[in-house]
Order: sequence, then C-alpha cells, then structure tokens
Amino acid sequence: MIIEQLVTSFIAAAAFSVIFNAPKNRLIQCGLVGMLGWFVYTICTVNGIDAVVATVAASILVAVLSQLCAKFYKTPIIIFTVSGIIPLVPGGLAYDAMRNFVVNDYNMAIQLAAKAFLISGAIAIGLVFSEIINQMIRKAKWKKIQ
Amino acid sequence: MHNKEITKVCLLAGKLMLQGGAETYRVEDTMMRIAVAFGIDNSQSHVTPTGIMFSISETEPTNFVRIVERSTDLNKVTLVNSISRNISNGALSLEEAGAALKVIEKQTHAYPIYLQIVAAALASGCFTIMFNGQWIDFIPALIVGGTGFSAMIYFHRVVEIRFFAEFLASLLIGFFSYFFIYMEFGIELDKIIIGSVMPMVPGLLITNAVRDLMAGHLVSGLSKSAEAFLTAFAIGAGVAVVFLIV
Repeated sequence: MIIEQLVTSFIAAAAFSVIFNAPKNRLIQCGLVGMLGWFVYTICTVNGIDAVVATVAASILVAVLSQLCAKFYKTPIIIFTVSGIIPLVPGGLAYDAMRNFVVNDYNMAIQLAAKAFLISGAIAIGLVFSEIINQMIRKAKWKKIQ
Repeated sequence: MHNKEITKVCLLAGKLMLQGGAETYRVEDTMMRIAVAFGIDNSQSHVTPTGIMFSISETEPTNFVRIVERSTDLNKVTLVNSISRNISNGALSLEEAGAALKVIEKQTHAYPIYLQIVAAALASGCFTIMFNGQWIDFIPALIVGGTGFSAMIYFHRVVEIRFFAEFLASLLIGFFSYFFIYMEFGIELDKIIIGSVMPMVPGLLITNAVRDLMAGHLVSGLSKSAEAFLTAFAIGAGVAVVFLIV
C-alpha cells in the first residue's frame, strides 16, 4: 500500500511539473521532492496524526529539500516547491466544498472550506517556517565569519 | 537615455517572471537586483498579479506594465532568473540582456500539447489512487482526466472568459465520469471526479495566496485568493450541474 502511494505520488508530482513547464532536466528531482512530501503526510495520517499537522510536517520537509535542490542546481526554489506541494494542496477539498455549496448543503460546505483553508495555511506556514530557519542559519554563519 | 534602456530591461524581466507564475517578492527582488547591477541603487517597484509599477528613482517617471495573461511556466522563471544572475555577475551587458529577454518572450511552451495532456491524464489517475481510490478506477480517471484537460485547453482558446472554459470542462468531466459509472467501468464516482479535476483545481493558487498574505503582500494575496475562489467555484458548479441533471 505504501509502495503504490510512493509510485503514484512520484508520477503525479512529475506529471504536474510537466504541466507547469518545469525545465526538462529537473523533472526527476521534482517528482522525488513530491514523493517524499507525500510519504511523510501518509505516514503521519495513517498513524492517526491530524491532517493539518501532517501537512505542516510534510511541507517543511518539501521546503528543506527544495532549498537544497535550489542551491545545488542554482535554479529558483519555486520550481521544486511547486511540484513538491502539489500532492499536499487541498484541491480536492476545495472542489468538494464548492460542490456542496452549489447543491445547497451549506453545513458540509463550510466544514470542508474551513478545512481546505487550514490545510493551505499549513502548507504556507511550513514553507515560510523553513525559509526563516534558513535565513537564521545564514545570518549566524555570517556573524561567525565577521 | 541609459536609464530608459535599464527600465525597459527591468520591466521585461519582471513581466516574464510574473507571467510565468513567480512569487511577488521574487519579481520585485529580481528587478531591483538588475537595476543595482547597472548602477542604480534606489529603484522602486510595486508588483501585483495584474500589473507592475517600476521607477528608477523617486524623481524619475514611473513606468507601468499591465499583466493580462497569467499561467504557470516555470521554465521561463528559470531562464529569466539565470539571466539576472549573469547580469549581477557582470557577464551580460545591457544590450545582450535585453536581446536575451526578448528571445525568452517569444518562446512558447517547453513541452508539446500532447505531452501535457498525457501528463494531466497520468496525474488524474495517480490522484485517484492517492485519495484511497481503487485500482479499477485508475483507467476511467485517466481517460476522464485527459479529456477534461484537453477540453479546458480547447475551450480556453475558443472562449474569452477563463472561468467559463473551466466550467464547461468540468461539466464534461462530470458527464464522462457518470457515463463510466453507468457503464459499470468504475466503482466510486467521487474518486474518479476528484482525480480528474485535480489538473484544473487552483490548489497552488490558494497556497500562494496564503503565502503572499503572510509575507505582507496584501494586494497580491487578496487578488490571488479571488482568482482561486472563482476557479474553484467554476469547477464545483460544472460538476454540480451534472449531479442536478442526472
């Protein structure tokens, strides 16, 4: 079950980077970043951890991996984060919420919309958090050199 | 006259990056870095998803570029980024940078359309499995997702309004998924539909919007959320119409 999740999330992330026109020689890395992020998310949710917390953990990992890749290949970090968070983004939830709004089931719709909002906030927090950590490390190093 | 050329190069670089889907702060940062590399220290820029304002200094005239068409084209972002890196290194002169940016502007998509459709179809099938669907729903989601994505590309060319194109495409997705269930070629209608709409849903826009809001780019964040909301609404409405009819 874990193996099929790994394979499908790798293909999905790599396929999305084709749709988003990522450079040809970075597709494998994009797929790997997406796969590892989804791996953390599934491991967390299978063990009963809340989806929002699992998303924060996964997106922190995605951001750290993307920073490493961006540094190594000298490309903007957005290439890797975009494909990395694609499996995590609450697109399905957002669609589900809207569908419930349209068929007048407001109770369900508000619940789903709130959850989609929280999860997208969690992804953003994960990305920003690791960026702040990165900046702090950089500043600390700079002080030492001075 | 020198200033005019620098402004042109900065604006073109910013425009290409914004159209390619780069983050707001990266666009502002790149434009200012290019200006610094050409010896202008206090340039001002204000970037929103629909337009860029840029001025070489406080007393110089402000230039404005309107952005109508937005898509995600990471290849362009990478190319412009490496050009700005080369400018900062001093490896590119002003004329060379302008010429290189014009080449990127004319460039079309890195992947042919059929490859993008295949990718969208594969992603749809995979998402069905990732959302705990069963393997028997993989093939229906593959076909429906591919059809939906190609329909969106087609309608996008025919119909001027983007949200209407998305509405029609998701209407098609709803009908096809229902057709497959009706033919007993799939089990879970919901899983097939969710997988198939994934290439169109604005998940990335939602996340980028929250991120922009957190970074203090309030105008960009709010306009991106509005765009994401409209897209999600179009897709949800398209599928819901099918549910209402059948």
